[in-house]
Amino acid sequence: MMSKKPFLQRILDQKWLLLFILPAFAYFLIFSYLPMYGILIAFKNYTPGVSSNAFIDILNAPWVGFKYFTRFFSSYYFGQILSNTIVLSLMGLVIGFPLPIILALTINEAKDGFFKKFTQTVTYAPYFISVVVVCGMLIAFLNPTTGILTHFLEFFGIKNISFMTDPRYFKIIYVLSDVWQGTGWGSVIYLAALSGVDTQLHEAAIIDGASRWQRVIYINFPILIPTMVILLIMSVGNLMAMGYEKIILLQNPLNLDSSNVIATFVYKTGLLDAQYSYAAAVGLFNSVINCVLLLSVNKIARKVSDISLL
Amino acid sequence: MSNKNQASTRDKLFSLIVYTLLGLALIIVLYPLIYIISASISSPTSVGSGKMWLWPVDITFSGYQVIFKNADIWNGYKNTIFYTVLGTSINLFVTLPCAYALSRRNFMAKKWFMKMLVITMFISGGLIPTFILIKALGMYNTVWALVIPNAASVYNIVVTRTFFQSTIPDELEESAAVDGASDLRIFWQIVLPLSMPIVAVMALFYGVGQWNGYFNAMIYLSDRSLYPLQLILREILVVQDMSSNTTNFSTTSAEMLQQKQQLVDVIKYGVMIVSTLPVIMVYPFLQRFFVKGVMIGSIKG
Repeated sequence: MMSKKPFLQRILDQKWLLLFILPAFAYFLIFSYLPMYGILIAFKNYTPGVSSNAFIDILNAPWVGFKYFTRFFSSYYFGQILSNTIVLSLMGLVIGFPLPIILALTINEAKDGFFKKFTQTVTYAPYFISVVVVCGMLIAFLNPTTGILTHFLEFFGIKNISFMTDPRYFKIIYVLSDVWQGTGWGSVIYLAALSGVDTQLHEAAIIDGASRWQRVIYINFPILIPTMVILLIMSVGNLMAMGYEKIILLQNPLNLDSSNVIATFVYKTGLLDAQYSYAAAVGLFNSVINCVLLLSVNKIARKVSDISLL
Repeated sequence: MSNKNQASTRDKLFSLIVYTLLGLALIIVLYPLIYIISASISSPTSVGSGKMWLWPVDITFSGYQVIFKNADIWNGYKNTIFYTVLGTSINLFVTLPCAYALSRRNFMAKKWFMKMLVITMFISGGLIPTFILIKALGMYNTVWALVIPNAASVYNIVVTRTFFQSTIPDELEESAAVDGASDLRIFWQIVLPLSMPIVAVMALFYGVGQWNGYFNAMIYLSDRSLYPLQLILREILVVQDMSSNTTNFSTTSAEMLQQKQQLVDVIKYGVMIVSTLPVIMVYPFLQRFFVKGVMIGSIKG
């Protein structure tokens, strides 16, 4: 037990440690907590530039209550935006979540050596490619006249698919390119968990006549479950906050029916059309749903498996 | 005996499936990358017609020649290097000392500061309030808008803290403290030299984020001369509308547009390579570090 020194003495003793957290403290205070004050504008009629001080502008703006929320919920595009957001996220989760696990289990079964190392290095690499370049690749590969995929499909007699401008293809393009970019990197954390498997378990299983397949299913896979649960909680908590940076790049007026999601709507209404209060209200709606999702999945996971984030 | 034979055939089949799956993953990831490299040094017509599909056809370096003469790309490159070096330095300056303080068992502010960090993972102001704040702080259209608003991430601080906790024995700090070393000296002269793997991982994570980011630059910068490389790339690859000062044409007649399009076709694969090369070159050398970093982060994240 720490001896109870006077408070001031303890501050002096730990002055360096306190100084160490000072930059981070200032950063989070200004850039994470101060914007929370700005959430107020979702309930106000905020116009920028009334005075020279945005804080005073926010304070003085007239209250409008839930006006902007009702406007959003009763708008004709609300249903479409919400369903696009949910469908895109769920597709990403259902297709994107299991693949890193399968890849990690498979890599783990390969013999140590050049091929294994090479496969790991190559499959991790796309994670380091920027979203602009990935979207540039997609646009180039899927070009309806010059794209390489178009040429491949022509070989099979399929012609003239306008991938980028047909709303039907947008979601699968988005999800599959995410898979291409993220599966390898996603497997790293599972491989780390697999490296902690007790070799005695495998030795005992071999003596009992278990096949390699059985050892993967009954020894390696269960080891990954805690990691899976944690990552699942985190991805469900981010369900409504998917990669809008990529969607904005792939979005065009023709595929909008399928690509318009809450995050891109906030960006467009708020920053391009300068309807700050309206966009802030929609953004707040989004983060409230995220927060509720995160807390409920965390609770379910704790009940079912005793594993939780918090 | 037959049982053993059966088992070995079964395991052989298993190996076959494992290597087939890995081979498949390898091809899926590698093919687009090889295609880009080949396309960047092939003639645009053979790329567009589909004649070039794996190895370069009609090899030409005209794309790279245009790229190296393009003032926008050079300026973007220069800006990106500057933002990445400055931004990553700030990231490390905020993250490392903070993570170290939080890793010390008896640090008085540990509990409430961790709470303060975790809360930000659940509640955030969101895009619009943050944008208003950046403008109010006078950071709009300045370098600071790109390096300060993402100065630290809670996840990275927690991973770094876990690294310090699990690799630096408490006794080391205690004995150094007995010898009269201040916390600053302990951190700078003992802890940091022992923690190079996590410093490398964080530099890579933050650095790649700075290098590859475009969104903050897009919303916070209005002055073209400040644009980072990714914004220039966005114009070339996504908006496909190179400005007049890129192409030295000022009219936008149909013919000019067509010429612009042809120019874009010549350079688009080259710019992908040129912009990605630095990251891809650095990453294999740091790979063993960041696998370690992710591993430590996963122990008790």
